[in-house]
Amino acid sequence: MKLKGTQILMKVLHEEEVDTIFGFPGGAVIDIYDQLVRTDIRHILVRHEQGAVHAADGYARASGRVGVCLVTSGPGATNTVSGIAAAYMDSSPIVVLTGQVPTHLIGNDAFQEVDIVGITRPCTKHNYQVTHIEDLAYTLKEAFYIARSGRPGPVLVDLPKDVMQATTDYKAVKDLQIRTYNPTYEPNMKQLPKVVELIKEAQRPVVFAGGGITLSGAFEELAEFARKIQAPVTTTLMGLGTFPAKDPLWLGMIGMHGTYRANMASGECDLLISIGVRFDDRVTGRPDTFASKAKIVHIDIDPTSIRKNIPVTIPIVGDCKITLQSLNRLLDENGLGELGGKRQRWLSLIEEWKETKPFAYKQKDVIKPQFVVEKLYELTGGAAIITTEVGQNQMWAAQYYHFNRPNRFITSGGLGCMGFGLPAAIGAQIAHPESLVVDIAGNGSIQMNIQEMATAVQYNLPVKIAILNNQYLGMVRQWQEFFYDRRYACTEMAHEPDFVKLAEAYGAVGLRATRPQEVESVLDEGLSISRPVIMDFMVEKEECVYPMVPAGSSITEMLLV
Amino acid sequence: MNKVNEDEKRHILSLLVDNKPGVLARIAGLFSGRGFNIESLCVAETTDPLVSRITLVTIGSMSVVEQIEKQLNKLVNVVKVTDFADAPFVQREMALIKIRAKPEHRAEILRTVDIFRSRVIDVSSKYYTVEITGDEGKVRAFLNLLKPIGIKEIARTGAIALAREKI
Repeated sequence: MKLKGTQILMKVLHEEEVDTIFGFPGGAVIDIYDQLVRTDIRHILVRHEQGAVHAADGYARASGRVGVCLVTSGPGATNTVSGIAAAYMDSSPIVVLTGQVPTHLIGNDAFQEVDIVGITRPCTKHNYQVTHIEDLAYTLKEAFYIARSGRPGPVLVDLPKDVMQATTDYKAVKDLQIRTYNPTYEPNMKQLPKVVELIKEAQRPVVFAGGGITLSGAFEELAEFARKIQAPVTTTLMGLGTFPAKDPLWLGMIGMHGTYRANMASGECDLLISIGVRFDDRVTGRPDTFASKAKIVHIDIDPTSIRKNIPVTIPIVGDCKITLQSLNRLLDENGLGELGGKRQRWLSLIEEWKETKPFAYKQKDVIKPQFVVEKLYELTGGAAIITTEVGQNQMWAAQYYHFNRPNRFITSGGLGCMGFGLPAAIGAQIAHPESLVVDIAGNGSIQMNIQEMATAVQYNLPVKIAILNNQYLGMVRQWQEFFYDRRYACTEMAHEPDFVKLAEAYGAVGLRATRPQEVESVLDEGLSISRPVIMDFMVEKEECVYPMVPAGSSITEMLLV
Repeated sequence: MNKVNEDEKRHILSLLVDNKPGVLARIAGLFSGRGFNIESLCVAETTDPLVSRITLVTIGSMSVVEQIEKQLNKLVNVVKVTDFADAPFVQREMALIKIRAKPEHRAEILRTVDIFRSRVIDVSSKYYTVEITGDEGKVRAFLNLLKPIGIKEIARTGAIALAREKI
């Protein structure tokens, strides 16, 4: 069958069951758009290419499927870079299709030409430029396969205009084999009995889970494992929701702004079973003091994550779900005996930490940002999909909204990319049209991709934005307060738009709360409206996120309220 | 040459990679982006035109080199990574050296060339150009001996290496 490049692209998108593309047209992709509108694939016209990538990322994280975006060459492509880097750091499966100038112009500094493959090499899982139409179908199939398999990540495919206009014989790609790419799913079974032995010996075990649990769909297996061995569970920011927050074994989040008990438990434990984590510096604090009394088991699908930052006792390369299933089976066969008594002292010590040092704030005359998040949690019964921007808003969302399911907390963890929350909420809303999606935002971050309000309104995506408005770039201000003698260099947002009027100008609804007693009514009203809503909460200007571990300190040395 | 710390060692890594555009850039970018060392690097096609061999010399502690190997293996275009620190191997480098050949030095140059089993490959009224192959130590020793005579310029390859077969 003779097909044009653009038609082959549509064929592959159908084969990959792509139902939505986030994109922005331009000269180099006119042909693709001309073909796209003849298919039943839904196109969401964003207002900035960064928004397209974050939206595809949010879609991927909420649905577990590959998110797709399409942009033009040159500036269209360069605008995707922050979004690609964010997806890369958080292992989110997306495919980014970029237009490119015709092959005979490549290298000539042609209009809207940029070497996007060169630019994105270090922040994609893999990338391609298709220079011959014969390679197109296979390359696209490879791109989807690489994006979603192993440790997922963004894959970019650069599509020169003439290649998309050319014609070739099309045969559907049946068996895809990449000789040089074989992720390890099955763990080395010889390692697992050693883990069981360590569990038997352990007096003070902790399970430490991360985003890998979400990506491998190991939610049930993790809960089964933790309950079987009666070990408390902490997670990274990316792991929130991979263990139910309502479970008595839940320690809360670990790290720079983690709970007192999770951080202390990591310092005191004698066995740390780490699953689907990569020991980021925001988790470990000073690495040589991290879990220094513990033997460490590390299970991850990516060999480079293991022993990158922290030495481990038992490394296991494998898929989290498959490995946990095998471990659970092994534990059943072996039997651990009565653990209740053995763990009692450990669990009651943790309970004591929980009682004495909980997250805390006092709601007085001015709205506390924590109060807003807590109210939001109460009113939604924890059922909302939460996206966040980056900074204090992100940490308060992580601390005060509680997650009992994975794929519900969508945040730019690794890159810390401001402007992520609103477009990600748009992507999540498309993946789950019936769900309530709330972007917990800061006054700084929201302005980085505020233009996507127009997208939300155009497609009637009823995302809710709760701005915790402290009129500062709050997290940097907090660091300046703690570590720079309160010299607030350039962190005061001296002029800000009226977010209520701004919402209205976009055709959305704007609401504002300036006093604590208005918080609940604004949330009530805002959440009940079936259109996009911005809720502007004027919060305590100099509130800080506690606990806080100063950068480079041991994780057990926390600044408390 | 970079200073070698106590636990740091010179490792010769042999990589089989897809013979495609951009693969070398991926590898070089990995080293620069993650702050790893490249001492030298040689690339050429193998008998299979779809595969190239890259021989790369790096210096690092065990944990750094382990991370380098894992990161290289993670690249989609890398077929295989071998670290010759683990097994016996043969290695060679080559250098072309242009030496100032004053009449009173010619005999000494030729004698040194002979001792090192090197060869003169170009002669002019003022310069000899010689080629030498050997391991890194031999090439360095040869250069040190010729330096006082006067080296005009040199071109050196990095190391290439293959594992030894069992006898």
